[in-house]
Amino acid sequence: MQQQVDHTHTIIELDRVCFSYTSEEVIKDVTLEIHKGDYVGIIGPNGGGKSTLLKLMLGILKPNDGSIKLFGVNIRDFKDWSKIGYVPQNVRIENNFPVNVEETVSMGRFGKRGLLRFPTGEDKEKTLQALKQVEMLEFKHRQIGDLSGGQQQRVFIARALVSEPEIIFLDEPTVGVDIKTQKQFYALLRKLNKDMSLTLILVSHELDVVAHEATELGYINRTMVYYGDPEEFLKGAYFHELIGKGGIHH
Amino acid sequence: MVRGFEAGIIIAIIAPLIGIFLVLRRYSLIADTLSHVSLAGVAIGLLLKINPLITAIIASVASSIAIERLRISKRIFGESALSIFLSGSLALAIVLIGLAHGFGVDLFSYLFGSITTVKQFDVYVIAVLGVLVIAAIIAFYKELFYVTIDEEAAKVSGIPTKFINLLLIILSAFTVALSIPIVGVLLISALIVIPVVTALQLKTSFKKTIIIAEFFSIFSVVVGIIVSFYLNLSPGGTIVLLAIAIFIITLFLKRN
Repeated sequence: MQQQVDHTHTIIELDRVCFSYTSEEVIKDVTLEIHKGDYVGIIGPNGGGKSTLLKLMLGILKPNDGSIKLFGVNIRDFKDWSKIGYVPQNVRIENNFPVNVEETVSMGRFGKRGLLRFPTGEDKEKTLQALKQVEMLEFKHRQIGDLSGGQQQRVFIARALVSEPEIIFLDEPTVGVDIKTQKQFYALLRKLNKDMSLTLILVSHELDVVAHEATELGYINRTMVYYGDPEEFLKGAYFHELIGKGGIHH
Repeated sequence: MVRGFEAGIIIAIIAPLIGIFLVLRRYSLIADTLSHVSLAGVAIGLLLKINPLITAIIASVASSIAIERLRISKRIFGESALSIFLSGSLALAIVLIGLAHGFGVDLFSYLFGSITTVKQFDVYVIAVLGVLVIAAIIAFYKELFYVTIDEEAAKVSGIPTKFINLLLIILSAFTVALSIPIVGVLLISALIVIPVVTALQLKTSFKKTIIIAEFFSIFSVVVGIIVSFYLNLSPGGTIVLLAIAIFIITLFLKRN
């Protein structure tokens, strides 16, 4: 059972957003509204624009056309980045990288603290709390590079959680992670969505996962081909057409 | 000797502080590039009869800003930008040296370092700018740390990554230029990189790695200056050989 969605509280609004790296448009006319408590899964073929859409919503890329609003504020003027957590794709830290788990999670507080301000006792406390939430507290002194892929992902979720965000973006978070760890990982996301009213946006190429975990499904292939109930998507003609093209994993 | 010590200890402190960020970002080559740019700066100073440390600092900082702008413009690959600046500045230095028919002992001491040629004015400049470098690293430590580990996530969390990248490269330029009197143009990057790489072998936290790198750096510089003074060796060469010896010993002990 997922968190009740608050449709009066819009967190992200995209209005006819277009983006191109060169002359060819990667994202074309995408309009979308995401509300508080939504658990949105975005799927699509490789090169279909999933990660690009995510980077546009995060302000890493700037749209060529259209507008993006975060919490009602145009993304160009948006300053309150601590409301946003981000778990990037394929962050794999080498085993000789000199950073332990606690240091990694503490980074998530830096943006909230601001320039020229040193971390405080409160930051340390929140760091330990976030580690506890993802059940990684006992690993706090371990080198991040010594952890398994699944454990590292938990640490990166803790880093996203530590700024007490209202929304977390996850870009292909379970690539290279075994099935058992994937299940634990998605159980954790469900819990965060339900218990903390956290809005989640999950980009994945795995339709099975997204259809069963998310409350809203967006299928993007340059344009937003479908956005709505995952079950309806599975029943609909789009799904069969797309599976036929072999663009997604099922 | 005393002036060499004073300047050497300041350099020994700031070199690994910058080095940790450069090494982990796979940006060690920037130190080599900026050292060659500094050589052009030294040649300009010697030719114009201005304190070469000042002209080296100006050349190094100006080039660091140009390199960073070129890198983020993505007009050419980052490594190619470094290569152009490295060979270009070396070419400029050679032409200037040729114009002046060589600078004798002075140039040699700037190439390989010499504690006897460190002037009192140099010590003041190194002290003031060294303290500024340390203060900037302390003030922006958390941002430099985050950008080093995960630049994209740092940007999303609201950290001004462009400013932090520019700050790092300018601080690197200061560190390289200030190190010239002690280790010389050709060996600066070793002092910035080797103590950090040695500390990384011990696989500990970020803060502890910095502390250990500081210890190795200060030890190499202090012992290197003493040994080179009494045995009449090049201080730059002795310091770097000591740093390499510590690295090899650490690697050997870690393996066993």
